[in-house]
Amino acid sequence: MGPSGCGKTTLMRCMNRLTDLNTQTKVTGNIFIGDRDILNTHDDINEIRKMMGLLAQRPYPLPMNIFNNVAYGLRISGRKKKRFLEKRVEHYLRQVNLWEEVKDRLRDPAAALSIGQQQRLCLARGLAVDPRIILADEPTSALDPISSQLIEEKFAELKTSYTIVMVTHILRQARRIADHVVFMYMGEVIEQGPAEEFFQNPQMEMTKSYLKGLFY
Amino acid sequence: MKFRAFEISRKLRNSIHTGWMIACLSVVLLIPLFLTAGLAIKSFPLLHQHPLLSLIFSSNWKPLSGEFGFYPFIVSSVWVTIFALLISIPICLLTSIHLTQYAKKWVLKIMQPVIDILAGIPSVIYGVWGILVVIPFISNHIAPMLGKSSSGYSILAGAIVLSIMVIPFVLNILIELFNNIPVELSEASLSLGATRWQTIKYVVLKKGLPGIISSFGLGMSRAFGETIAVLMVVGNVAKVPTGILQPGYPLPALIANNYGEMMSIPQYDAALMLSAFILFVVVLFFNAGSRILIIRSGKHN
Repeated sequence: MGPSGCGKTTLMRCMNRLTDLNTQTKVTGNIFIGDRDILNTHDDINEIRKMMGLLAQRPYPLPMNIFNNVAYGLRISGRKKKRFLEKRVEHYLRQVNLWEEVKDRLRDPAAALSIGQQQRLCLARGLAVDPRIILADEPTSALDPISSQLIEEKFAELKTSYTIVMVTHILRQARRIADHVVFMYMGEVIEQGPAEEFFQNPQMEMTKSYLKGLFY
Repeated sequence: MKFRAFEISRKLRNSIHTGWMIACLSVVLLIPLFLTAGLAIKSFPLLHQHPLLSLIFSSNWKPLSGEFGFYPFIVSSVWVTIFALLISIPICLLTSIHLTQYAKKWVLKIMQPVIDILAGIPSVIYGVWGILVVIPFISNHIAPMLGKSSSGYSILAGAIVLSIMVIPFVLNILIELFNNIPVELSEASLSLGATRWQTIKYVVLKKGLPGIISSFGLGMSRAFGETIAVLMVVGNVAKVPTGILQPGYPLPALIANNYGEMMSIPQYDAALMLSAFILFVVVLFFNAGSRILIIRSGKHN
């Protein structure tokens, strides 16, 4: 959590190494997932990225139909059996409560869905590669209130089985769904801790004034 | 009262400005119409005597005895264009993908002006380069390699020169196109564990497909109409070419070589106008074709 421009998104991009794409960016330090330092490793970067599903600020459905959007991750890792794909696609679309809405038009282009549906499709697409972690970068900022609520509810459900790292600048959203809060400002971590403690009893002056709404 | 006068002049000025905009627009719209009409009327004397299809499919080009068969010219044009595209398509696609997806930013920054310079070189210079470099190379190396003899002035020479000329043009469109595909789309694919190449193949190329097709469609109409450089290297023999090492005589070269020269021959004027008309229609057809393809593939996205 933190005001815009404080480095939340950049931090998240380090985690799945999308920073590699930008040759001018240099990332130093360590990022541990379990015992594994994913920043200083020669492991297959595609495999690292696959551990983490990414949900961006705006949904970017791939230029293909609804079915293939979800099946994409499975296909590129070599799972090509039609029956298997059909089962998995249905499973993940059900998981994000999209199946009933799209089951009759799986062959339609994904771009024809509403923004809220697209975002849930992107979530299903990310879940389909069976990640351990979900990275969500202000996933509701482009959505209407009802779609936002759907995503939030889904996250509350998913956090029992996945680690969810969510970037947000909406204080109330953080209050609603966070278990552990990291507060950033100007590229630095100001304060972090369990959500209850963080919101009830913040330690730093800056955190206090942010929570009071004195700046955002 | 004062306010009223102001209001009237404001409205008047508004309609005047709208008026001259519509006038300019109609000039742009009317030019192709007048062109088409002019070419059709001028080529009418020939069409009046011979049916169009027999003119297009006849190979007899004997203006002195009144026989005008356009088949050799049409075939030459089509061959030169197709081979030029066959050469330039892979070069353009791979270059633009590398520049936009793999290369560092400064490489693109250096390449952009280089491409612009290539695009700005007058076509007659490409023609000279063709005569000095491409033609000796074909007659000394490529033809012997294929076990044939050729003067070098051939369909292949025209296609090579043309492909070099089309490359910067198409490349610029493609670079623009690939740069406009949102990075987030590639990032979404990468974060699902796709490799760079898988991302390019399934996402970038797929998303860009309509644009890619249209860029080659536009390149094709440009290649089809290019005159001087092709005319200088293609040999200009009015016979149906039977191989790419044979000389050809594309439509634009026919018009450029002969217009104003042989006007004393009856109906020659009309014949040249008809070839211009055919050229015009074919270019229009390529353009329309690529537009239709864009619309179609847009629907599937």
